[in-house]
Amino acid sequence: MCLGIPGQLIDIVDLSEHRAIADVDGVRREINVNLVEGEPGGIKVGDWVLIHVGFAMSRIDEEEAARTLSFIKELGSLYDDELAQFAAGGSEVPMDETGAPLAAPAEPEPEPEPEQVAS
Amino acid sequence: MRFVDEYRDPAAARACVAEIEHLAADLVQKRGAHLKFMEVCGGHTHTIYKHGIENVLPPTVELVHGPGCPVCVIPMGRVDDAIAVAKAPGVIFTSFGDMMRVPGSSQSLLEAKAQGADVRMVYSPLDALKIAINNPDREVVFFAVGFETTAPSTAVTLLKAKEKGITNFSVFCNHVTIVPPVKAILESPDLRLDGFLGPGHVSTVIGNHPYRFVPGVYGKPLVTAGFEPLDILQAIVMLCRQLRDGRCEVENQYTRAVVDQGNPKALQTLRDVFELRPHFEWRGLGFISQSALKLNAAFEAYDAELKFEVPGVRVADPKACQCGEVLKGVIKPWDCKVFGTACTPETPIGTCMVSSEGACAAYYNYGRFTKQQTVPVQLTSTPAKVG
Amino acid sequence: MGDLDGQDGHGGPPSREDVVLERIEAFRRRRPKLRDEFINSAHGAGGKASAALIDAVFLEAFRNPTLETMADGAVVTLPSGDRLAFSTDSYVVKPYRFPGGSIGHLAVHGTVNDLSMMGARPQWISAGFIIEDGFPIAELRDIVADMHEAAVKAGVEIVTGDTKVVDKGAADGVYINTAGVGVVPAEVSLDPKRVQPGDKVLVSGKIGDHGVAVMIARGDLNLEADIPSDTAALNGLVEALLAAAPNTRFLRDPTRGGVATVCNELARAAEVSVVLQESAIPVRNIVNGACEILGIDPLYVANEGKLVAVVPAGEADAAVAAMRALPVGADAAVIGEVRDEPPGIVIINTVFGGNRIVDMLVGDPLPRIC
Repeated sequence: MCLGIPGQLIDIVDLSEHRAIADVDGVRREINVNLVEGEPGGIKVGDWVLIHVGFAMSRIDEEEAARTLSFIKELGSLYDDELAQFAAGGSEVPMDETGAPLAAPAEPEPEPEPEQVAS
Repeated sequence: MRFVDEYRDPAAARACVAEIEHLAADLVQKRGAHLKFMEVCGGHTHTIYKHGIENVLPPTVELVHGPGCPVCVIPMGRVDDAIAVAKAPGVIFTSFGDMMRVPGSSQSLLEAKAQGADVRMVYSPLDALKIAINNPDREVVFFAVGFETTAPSTAVTLLKAKEKGITNFSVFCNHVTIVPPVKAILESPDLRLDGFLGPGHVSTVIGNHPYRFVPGVYGKPLVTAGFEPLDILQAIVMLCRQLRDGRCEVENQYTRAVVDQGNPKALQTLRDVFELRPHFEWRGLGFISQSALKLNAAFEAYDAELKFEVPGVRVADPKACQCGEVLKGVIKPWDCKVFGTACTPETPIGTCMVSSEGACAAYYNYGRFTKQQTVPVQLTSTPAKVG
Repeated sequence: MGDLDGQDGHGGPPSREDVVLERIEAFRRRRPKLRDEFINSAHGAGGKASAALIDAVFLEAFRNPTLETMADGAVVTLPSGDRLAFSTDSYVVKPYRFPGGSIGHLAVHGTVNDLSMMGARPQWISAGFIIEDGFPIAELRDIVADMHEAAVKAGVEIVTGDTKVVDKGAADGVYINTAGVGVVPAEVSLDPKRVQPGDKVLVSGKIGDHGVAVMIARGDLNLEADIPSDTAALNGLVEALLAAAPNTRFLRDPTRGGVATVCNELARAAEVSVVLQESAIPVRNIVNGACEILGIDPLYVANEGKLVAVVPAGEADAAVAAMRALPVGADAAVIGEVRDEPPGIVIINTVFGGNRIVDMLVGDPLPRIC
């Protein structure tokens, strides 16, 4: 399902009762960390966790998060011209009837990047 | 806000969209038809509409909203059962906010509350347990809904209740599992989908392996996706690349929160507390076997269905309802004969209109005019002025 | 199948989707229907259910042209030719004391603000109290002190009132009704009908504080956050705004139902489209965080010290500057504009570059998990 919010652990209240305090942008709530105590290395103050209905569901891996973002930003360098077009004139790219973009880029098909796909 | 704002960066979005356009254009030329990807999670439907992702995507890529809303799929008869329990003398009935407005055959929990039933909204099942501890002379019932994301929270709460010897607490269990409805959709003969966006938060619990049947048996790629707009776009890029490369596998886009093996502790709590019902009725999809959870024998004393008299009457959806077809992505909301007239968010007939993540409600509430190109607002008096 | 007129696709037969959209719009234009037999909390939330109730029960019975304008208050013309604005509001907030203020502050600010939204200079307020048996007099004194403080700051006087005591359990402690009158200067003319495409939509500061503050103060959600209510009197702000932007078309304070509801009311009354720019809407980070956790949208959350203004494009910068010169308008900003299509609809351009409809609220914004 759904509404899971990243929050940072700012206090461990009682580990035997699995109680901790998480902070989301300045809002604090007690959460139950039972489900993440088994994470490798245990959990500690400063860790980021995904919170759902008052429970920490998993620890958010900051390295993976950074990798995901950089993968996405990598894409940008392949399409500098188009991005300039976007910046100038809104999000529409002219298409023909099959949905293929008109005025295909003149440059050759870019080499596939060494796969940065996070998996 | 960390881990959220960066995933809503419009500049990065444009880069993703450009990649999607290039990939999709090639694929569409080879296939002769546009690409259709289904998401099976209410949270994804919500993000897609909230951020207007569909009108950022090229027309070559279509997102189909599947049966991912665990609130919407609860049949009216079960809501009636919940209301019956809520009206039992001395009961404090606790529920998540989403369920309060879902209508049963004659009223919703919110309306029952207005008539005097002690219905209280809670954010967490632990809050419900706390109410039970603070009100020892009342029976407190928790309306448990949700997929495998939420079920472990109910399980931990029950483990805690048992450990502390709390006896005035019980759970009306309507947890459902994600794999059976996805299978039901894939079995549908009129379906044409090119791939799936996997439910990111369910996967924090069950991992990615349970989806292997999707490429393995049905030949469709699946990418487990997070819930920020960039997550969804990146997952679409990954799906398109699979199609381009001729691969068909389960991939994980949501690596910052999901690992392949899921959360073993959470899965263990599910085994400790629940067992699978032989079958369960899904609004719009009919009876699906082994698709829902109930409390196992060790937790009988906490099962609200055993503690209270529930009518247990099956209430069929009205004949006019075409939710099944919408859920499978076969028709669009506006194709349904009752959409927008007899069936509206205020007067919902079927599951797709019931909660704001249902395909029809989302389209009605947020998406009716989203085909419009986004024309930015000028935020100062005159164009030349520097803000 | 019908004729295929236009080569550009616009003249072709309407698609099934177009037909359904038109049907929905026709449906929405109809007067809201009240189907309920009993009042429920949705009727007080300020959205569709409230509108249906007001229309079907109150308007139906009291029908007169002044009432039908359905503004924050009424403007009546005295025999002298002066225009008098007259407004009333009831305060039932629970808990009656919360970070940033109390029911007392709300009671005075609320009526002062309603009068200001009509362009009036608020002067005289009445206060009616409905008090629960057993309510501590010391707390009543505190609330009344808050009202006095608010009145002095706003430059108004509480000149008449009433007190009733009801059974224990019947009033959440205390309910207060205030009503107020003030003169509308001759040169002021605020009317949604004056709104035109091209006008800018402004807000006077960061939104969502009050509703979230009260939700947290109730305690059921077990959240802790330093979010005080924004309750404040806006009459000074309105005077400054009208001086800098004399052609201001419309003012309304986004209380129950939030900015989204005000924009929808505006779009319907003026038969225009309101387009908001998400990136321009000021919200405190911590309020955003609380809304994220709860799954509610700040656009629908109540404010008690903010206003929404529609001004001609040429006066927008001056309007913003005038508001920012006062503490209560420190974060004023242009958040959107008025367009002619699609009429009656509010759309938001998302941070992400997409867009979606911002519809009327159906009931109370309930926190979601899903």
